[in-house]
Amino acid sequence: MKKVKTGMGRRSFIKNVSLVGGGLLIGFNWLACKQAAEENGGEVAMQMPDEWFELNGYLKIGDNGIVTIYSPNPEIGQNVKTAMPMLVAEELDVDWSNVIVEQAPLNLDVFTRQLAGGSQSIRQGWEPLRMAGATAKQMLLSAAAKEWEVPVSELSVDKGIISHKASDRSIGYGEIAKAATKIEVPKEIELKDNSDFKIIGTSRKNVDAKKIVTGKPLYGLDSYEDDMLIAMIVQPPAFGMEFKSMDATKAKEMPGIKDIFTIDTYPEAMEREWSDVAAFSKLVVVVGESTWQVMQAKKALNVEWDLKPDLTHQVQILEKSPGMEETGGLENSDMHTALMNDAGPAKSEVVRKDGDPESAFKNAARVIERSYSCPFLAHNCMEPMNFYANVTDEKAELLGPIQTPEFAEKSVNKRLGFELDKIDVQMTRMGGGFGRRLYGNFLVEAAVISQKMKKPIKLVYTREDDMANGVYRPAYKVSYRAALDANNNITAFHVNAGGITESPLFANRFPAGAIDNYLAESWTIDSSISTGAFRAPRSNFIAGAEQSFLDELAEEVGKDPIQFRLDMLKRAKNDPVGEENDYDPVRYAGVLELVRDKAGWNNNNSTSSKGVAAYYCHNSYVAQILEMDLKDNEPVIDKVTCAVDCGIVVNPDAAKNMVEGGTIDGIGHALYSELSFKDGAVQQNNFDSYRLIRHREAPKKIDVHFVENGIDPTGLGEPPFPPVQGALANALYKATGKRIYKQPFLPEITAESRELKT
Amino acid sequence: MAQFDVKINGKKHSVDVDPETPLLWVLRDNFKLVGTKYGCGIAQCGACTVHFNGSAVRSCQVPISAVEDNEITTIEGLSENGDHPVQKAWLEHDVPQCGYCQAGQIMAATALLKNNPSPSDSEIEEVMNGNICRCGTYNRIKAAIKSASQTV
Ligand code: FES
Ligand code: FES
Repeated sequence: MKKVKTGMGRRSFIKNVSLVGGGLLIGFNWLACKQAAEENGGEVAMQMPDEWFELNGYLKIGDNGIVTIYSPNPEIGQNVKTAMPMLVAEELDVDWSNVIVEQAPLNLDVFTRQLAGGSQSIRQGWEPLRMAGATAKQMLLSAAAKEWEVPVSELSVDKGIISHKASDRSIGYGEIAKAATKIEVPKEIELKDNSDFKIIGTSRKNVDAKKIVTGKPLYGLDSYEDDMLIAMIVQPPAFGMEFKSMDATKAKEMPGIKDIFTIDTYPEAMEREWSDVAAFSKLVVVVGESTWQVMQAKKALNVEWDLKPDLTHQVQILEKSPGMEETGGLENSDMHTALMNDAGPAKSEVVRKDGDPESAFKNAARVIERSYSCPFLAHNCMEPMNFYANVTDEKAELLGPIQTPEFAEKSVNKRLGFELDKIDVQMTRMGGGFGRRLYGNFLVEAAVISQKMKKPIKLVYTREDDMANGVYRPAYKVSYRAALDANNNITAFHVNAGGITESPLFANRFPAGAIDNYLAESWTIDSSISTGAFRAPRSNFIAGAEQSFLDELAEEVGKDPIQFRLDMLKRAKNDPVGEENDYDPVRYAGVLELVRDKAGWNNNNSTSSKGVAAYYCHNSYVAQILEMDLKDNEPVIDKVTCAVDCGIVVNPDAAKNMVEGGTIDGIGHALYSELSFKDGAVQQNNFDSYRLIRHREAPKKIDVHFVENGIDPTGLGEPPFPPVQGALANALYKATGKRIYKQPFLPEITAESRELKT
Repeated sequence: MAQFDVKINGKKHSVDVDPETPLLWVLRDNFKLVGTKYGCGIAQCGACTVHFNGSAVRSCQVPISAVEDNEITTIEGLSENGDHPVQKAWLEHDVPQCGYCQAGQIMAATALLKNNPSPSDSEIEEVMNGNICRCGTYNRIKAAIKSASQTV
């Protein structure tokens, strides 16, 4: 058992005051959604209690023993709304079938880090959530002990029933909860040993599953209120352009249209949060009664746009790239490629250097050098950006899909000048996040529009608005060089990585630490295109590139690709180079060995082409083996075997789902997806031109295996996404005989085979 | 604007809208049947799938004027208590991640099974190819359709 302090150094962590439900809770009438979750996991309809008792901000207990647990973090499909309450329920020792889960609103007095990002919800919630459960349990036990006048140590609990064996008495949590609210919060509590877990480590169904499969309102876009209006935006047609003038006469007269005006979401003078990133700050807004009417009015609008006057920096970079056509600041994909080949690497900065790479390269018997690149990507959450806002003179109520409610609240505070306690942000279940909803520009836009209209509004992006108004995955490029001596030993390794507008480099990540002479360099290129985090930022490209290069190196030196990596990891373990290496070589090797074993790498007779990759990110380790064939020049993926080390797996079947999804997502984006630019305008703005992976293209089988090591949990939402791209590239090489250096892969394969045919 | 009387999930509804308004937006904005989702508006993602006389259609492509007296079923009307075999299979396989595409997936799957009670893998793939799942739950969708195919 582990003893932990409940108070020290933890900002008002556990208090027996009711905070959730107090303060400013939206009296929001969004259909059935407010009917306090009468179904749990879809099966049992529960009898609602007459009275609730809150023991701390995380939970309340009904007089009939039903427990409501508030899930603090935003739910974007990573299933924390099930997993986080499981941690509370475990230590509280209740029957999971008596638990109701509700999404907590933003409340930093009670919760810490209410954010969906970096795969950190479970890792960082691991202790606080269990403490919340353990503290409440301790208070319930103390109340029972007091009532029965026996020592707490003589009591035991099973599934919400407290028993005193000696006197043969028992009492349910519901019956003692009221008395427990009078008990002082214990200063110290005990957390269970892993071996005593009854809920953690067992598969529990998604708590919203029944609502999802019956079409209940759950998402931001499902918010409706009687006098609510629909707002939509009209944005510049290209990055580098801005609003000049408009003629809205005709559009304003169309049926249902209430107003048309412009807004400036982030005026220059406003101090921005990091999450205040927007493609376009100045927008035209159309407000009306129904979605379709507003869509029609958007089309009827006559807006004129101007080149932004401040685009000189792109032109300057262009001057450094001779031969480039001047675009007046409107960017093109060709120009991006040229910049990444030339101007970017020309301004590289050294980030890490071990040994003497220059001499090692000079003295090398052979040098192998390869470059990899990828395009911008749009997040394309299935549920387009949207937000509900009701801003009155007294308060700002905001409800919808946001991964960063805390920062969004601060942005609204700065933009509207409302005090924080007059701003209420509530999170709906989200139709995907993938990083896009870290940037709450749409929430601020909704607040500004509502304030102007003096009415509740729901801002809705069309798919086209959403795809053209992104905070995109940057375009990246990386070049690798390896020096080999006459005996095929790698004597030096050089990585040079950059992108528009950030570098994907992780200088301290494998193979750093495994090679004596190592050089890591980085560069970036400015752009008027808005970029930001996309599932597994930076790793989402560099993992695939690095793992392709290592595969090629293994072949060059005549080693099995898994053994080649294991040998390097052994070196990193036994005699690491440098002290800053960010990974654990033993856990890294562990997933490679597990995947080798589970996929039958050494004794698999199948004729399909196989590729392997392994990667560490977000504190977790994932290795994948992908098996495929080519059919009509398109890959048919038979199977992906995944080995994952994310420490303790809280909800195994849901975790498997996440790994399957991450694997499919990684394959899809590497093979098919691309956002390109012409004169500053996106060339893809809906799913007819932007290709996402579809049902037929998913692997026929995905096998998921977790390393069991009892280590505290680490990330899972992101880690399966990056390495599979390398496994795919390596399998494609086996299938086609050609190495692929550019994402998306598919046009590269078809181009190759077109060349072969002619 | 014009008056339309339509039958959704066996219930009569009346609405006064532009005849071109897609069924999707009438369902959502007017009837507050929000289970039918918007994903693309151009028949590419399948999030808006409903049944039109039992066949799966993309409600973003059906103008309200075309509904007339045809039977429309949405996810809300698929079963009384959410216990259609396909819904049950979806729960059993714990299919959803974000869940946003799933109503459309279920409507496509139920129409498929009605026409073809025991589809092969490739038949499932072909029909379900029109429904994008951005979270990548395709394997579970297929598994759920296969379990349901044994019970419908
Ligand atoms: S919204 Fe109708 S198919 Fe995408
Ligand atoms: S579950 Fe998220 S889009 Fe399908």
